[in-house]
Amino acid sequence: MPRTTIKPKTRIDQLSILAADGTADQDLVPELDDEQLTALHRAMLRARRFDERLLNLQRQGKLGTFAPVKGQEAAQVGSAAALRQGDWVVPSYRETAVLLWRGTPMAEIFVFTAGYNEGGAIPEDRNDLPVAVPVGTQPLHAVGLGYGIDYRDDDAVVMTFFGDGATSQGDFHEAMNFASVFRTPVVFLCQNNQWAISVPRDRQTHSATLAQKALAYDMPGIQVDGNDVLGVYAATREAVERARRGDGPTLVECVTYRLEVHTTADDPTRYRDADEVEKWRERDPIARYRTFLEKRGLLDDDKVEALEDEIEAEIEAAWKEAQRQMEELTDPTVMFDHIYAEPPPHLEAQRQALTRALEAPGREDG
Amino acid sequence: MAEKTMIEALNLALHQEMEADDSVLVLGEDVGVDGGIFRLTEGLIETFGERRVIDTPLAESAIVGMAIGLAVYGLKPVAEMQFSGFSYLAFHQLESHAGRLRWRSQGRHAVPMVVRMPYGAGVRALEHHSESREAYFAHTPGLKMVIPSGPRNARALLLAAIRDPDPVIFFEPKALYRSHREQVPDEPETLPLGEARVVREGGDITLVAYGAMLSRTLEAADRLAEDGAEAEVIDLLTLSPLDDATIARSVRKCGRAVVVHEAPRSFGAGGEIVARLVENVFYHLEAPIRRVTGFDIHVPFFAREQAYLPDVPRIVRAARETLDARA
Repeated sequence: MPRTTIKPKTRIDQLSILAADGTADQDLVPELDDEQLTALHRAMLRARRFDERLLNLQRQGKLGTFAPVKGQEAAQVGSAAALRQGDWVVPSYRETAVLLWRGTPMAEIFVFTAGYNEGGAIPEDRNDLPVAVPVGTQPLHAVGLGYGIDYRDDDAVVMTFFGDGATSQGDFHEAMNFASVFRTPVVFLCQNNQWAISVPRDRQTHSATLAQKALAYDMPGIQVDGNDVLGVYAATREAVERARRGDGPTLVECVTYRLEVHTTADDPTRYRDADEVEKWRERDPIARYRTFLEKRGLLDDDKVEALEDEIEAEIEAAWKEAQRQMEELTDPTVMFDHIYAEPPPHLEAQRQALTRALEAPGREDG
Repeated sequence: MAEKTMIEALNLALHQEMEADDSVLVLGEDVGVDGGIFRLTEGLIETFGERRVIDTPLAESAIVGMAIGLAVYGLKPVAEMQFSGFSYLAFHQLESHAGRLRWRSQGRHAVPMVVRMPYGAGVRALEHHSESREAYFAHTPGLKMVIPSGPRNARALLLAAIRDPDPVIFFEPKALYRSHREQVPDEPETLPLGEARVVREGGDITLVAYGAMLSRTLEAADRLAEDGAEAEVIDLLTLSPLDDATIARSVRKCGRAVVVHEAPRSFGAGGEIVARLVENVFYHLEAPIRRVTGFDIHVPFFAREQAYLPDVPRIVRAARETLDARA
């Protein structure tokens, strides 16, 4: 009868291991050997340089619209590094660093960004889903995959990537709810990069954190410094392990920043100040991690220079390879491939009509 | 063989395929403990357990989105939308992902799922419970769109849909759920998707129908026969991919055609069928093709729904006008 208070579990952890100046909380540094530690740096630098080349080629008119990853390398590499190759990645459209970590060849990403579907092919040795463009719709697929893993008693986990804007979508909440009700092995990896095109984070939601969205679903939520690759790795590894041992989903909010345009069709000077961007540049994920590795004696100027040369050569070779591949992609009728397992008669007829039209240009044909 | 309603026939299909294949899962609102609001999934949870017969939270988009993930994982989910009128909350999952993932992944991932939905008017239901929006799904690349017309073909088509490697939208004419019984074989049987069926042979006029409109169309054909006109009646069964060859063959023979559906007229299946006939058999036509359809309005509340639906007199009138027309 009386009016009382229900106290829901309200705990949101916040984690930061590596500060912007490169100093680390040594008690929290995850147990990684030297090779693993330097691999994280290499992966972030590789993603940064590749992303810069994509932008450069786009500005030259050689590639189409794409969403640069610059600034979010730690959030992506740190989280992807917590996965096994047999796990599933369900990405959004800005996960270039994740794709590279998972083994997608640079040439494929070039081909994809140049407007060819072939570049989006998923290799047979990997389970990942292709890039999903409609914001916040793909976490539901992660829930289905997770249910399947559970149903088949497999030990894989699923990590789905999305941004701060996606947390306003109904599908995001439905996915969180379903994942929690069915305790599916899913890690919800939110890259809060502060801007959904022109709409800032504080206009996206009135919540103090995005991580606390987990509370409504009785799911662990953690906010981590998304520009701290060690923090992201530690937080996601914990979430991945929880999922793998059957203890259900986790929401990880990586607080990061999109240093570049939303996509190459966007002009951020219309909605945000250069001062703000500058402030976040000082919190660059790669610079601070380089300092950390230098202090550990794992990196120095010479090693970085050698790494830069190696990456540049790889990008150069990949672009050449992509151009070579694209020269062979001359048949537009492959657009009819993979619509169904078996092409139905009307699609075969349409393909043949297009083939005839292409063979005899100028001739009217149906 | 046993006499079964469409509900019982579809229930049989689910039971048998779940028994035969442990990758088949059923999910939706109230499909488990309650046995489905139409009792179509009755008994499944008792036989196969709650891991395979999943009572989900109330969220259509999540039911379809989750089914996509299950299908990509190699399972064969059969998702239920309680009424097709609520499927629009999930429409973007069908348009943006279910129909595209095979293509987007360049053949790496398939989406072998079925989304079952009761559709159509005539059962004195509430708003949103009576629509026929098959055109949305038939218009969407990558999806297949199936609509059975009786217990036996419903069972056979559902089995084929579950076994199909691509996403199938399976519209169930709820007006026929319990309207009549048919002999349904005990042993599993399938019907190929993408094939229409000539259900009544005739040489004077082709009547094309599907779903709940088929029985009215057959009745209209009987009425026409009393006046000496023999109608050939085609039951489409699959809207997409459309078996235009079977329709064209019949119209080449008859030279006259009427298309019947309860969905709104404009941009409906009838428009597509007429367009294909004009493209393929124009010189065989002896009269303009007519459409007998629902109107371009919302299905009225049930006191007036029978006036909305195409009925036998409307079909007969359109057929007679077509038969009387002189080129």
